[in-house]
Amino acid sequence: MPNSGSRHVLDNKWSAVSGLGRQAVEAFLRLGYATRVLGLTLMNSNVSARRPRLVVREVYFSGVLSLVIILVSGLFVGMVLGLQGYQTLKVYGAESSLGVLVAFSLLRELGPVITALLFASRAGSAVTAEIGLMKATEQLRAMEMMAVDPIARVVAPRFWAGVISTPLLTAMFTAMGIYGGYLVGVILLGVDQGSFWSQMQSAVDFREDVVNGLLKSIAFGIAISWIAVFEGYDAPPTAEGVSGATTRTVVTSALTILFLDYILTSLMFRGF
Amino acid sequence: MERSRLDVWVGVFVLGGLAALLILALKVGNAGDMLGRGDTYTLTAQFENIGGLKPKAAVRSAGVVVGRVATIDYDPETFNAIVVFKIDQRFSRFPVDTFASVYTTGLLGEQYVALAPGGDEKLLVDGARITKTQKAVVLEDLIGQFLTSRAGESSTQ
Repeated sequence: MPNSGSRHVLDNKWSAVSGLGRQAVEAFLRLGYATRVLGLTLMNSNVSARRPRLVVREVYFSGVLSLVIILVSGLFVGMVLGLQGYQTLKVYGAESSLGVLVAFSLLRELGPVITALLFASRAGSAVTAEIGLMKATEQLRAMEMMAVDPIARVVAPRFWAGVISTPLLTAMFTAMGIYGGYLVGVILLGVDQGSFWSQMQSAVDFREDVVNGLLKSIAFGIAISWIAVFEGYDAPPTAEGVSGATTRTVVTSALTILFLDYILTSLMFRGF
Repeated sequence: MERSRLDVWVGVFVLGGLAALLILALKVGNAGDMLGRGDTYTLTAQFENIGGLKPKAAVRSAGVVVGRVATIDYDPETFNAIVVFKIDQRFSRFPVDTFASVYTTGLLGEQYVALAPGGDEKLLVDGARITKTQKAVVLEDLIGQFLTSRAGESSTQ
C-alpha cells in the first residue's frame, strides 16, 4: 500500500512536469499560429485598400467611439500631472518648469501608454468579442462557403482600423493632457503663462519627443490590433471560449504594451 | 444614410487627430521654429572649457536668441572645444571683435553662448572664427575657490 501511494505521488509530480511541457508547447504553437494569422492578414489587406469603406466603418467603431474616454482621461491625467508636479517643483522654486514636466511625461510615456491601455480595453476587447462571436455563430464558416475570405473581409479591416486609430487617439490624448496641465497649473495655481509655454517649447524637441511618442503609439497600435484580431479568430466557438478570449486580449495587450514600452524607451531615449 | 453619417464622424475623428498632432508640433514641440528657420550663416569659436553646453543650445546677444549651437567638437592639437554656431541671416552684422562667452541661465539652468559685439568696422562673414572667447564657469571650481579662500581666512585668524 505505501508503495503504491508513493508511486501515486510520483505520478502526480511527473504529470505536473509534463503539464508544464504541454503548456510550453501550446504557447509556442499559439505564437506560431498568431504569426501566420498576421502574415495572412497583411497579405490579404488589398481588399481593405480597394474598399476603404470597410476600414472606415471599423475606424468608427474602434476610434470614434473611444474618443470620449480618451479625451476625458487625457484631461484628467494632465490635470493630476499639473497638480502633483506643481507641489513637487514648488519645493525647489522651479514651478515655472511645470510645462516641461507635463509635456515630457505626456509626450514620451503617459500619452502613448495610457491611450494604448484604454484602447485595448475599450476597442480591442470589442474586436475580439465580435470576431469570436462571428466564429461561434459560424458566420466565418458561412463566408468561406460563399468563397469570401474571412481574413480579408473581417480580420484585415479591423486590424488596420486599430493601427490607424491608435496614433490619432494618442495625439488627441496628449494634446488634451497638456491642456489639462495648463488649466490646473496656469489658471488654477497661478504659474506664469509665458514661462509655462516658452520653457516647454524650448525643452521639447519635435523629432526627439513628438515623433518618438508617435512611433511608440504606432507600435502599440500594431500590437493591440494583432492580439485582438488573433484572439478573436482563435477563440473556441463557445460562449465561454469567447469570454476567455476577450479577457486574454486585455491582459496580453496590457503586458505587451508595458513590455514594448520599456524596450522602445531604452532604444529611443538612450541619449539622456 | 447611416453609412454617410458614419463617414462624417470618421472624417471628423481623423481631422481631430491631425489637428492635435499639429498642436503638439507647433505649440508644444516648436517645430515651426525648425521649419520656418530661414537662412543661417556659420560662425566657429574655440573655448577652453564649454561646461555643459550642448548642441541646439541658444546663442544670445543682448539676451535675444539669434542662433543655435550646431556642433561641438574637440581639437586634439590645442586641447580646446570647437563650437560651431548657426546664426540667423538677419543678424549678420556682428563685428570681428565680438566676444563669445558660455553663460548659464540662473544658478543651475541650461547653458548658452552669449555674443557681445565689439566696436570694429569689419564684420564677421560666413564661416569666420570668433577669436575672443571666455570659458564656462564651472560651479565646482567656484566652490573650490570659495573653500580655499575661507580656509586661508580662518588660518590667518
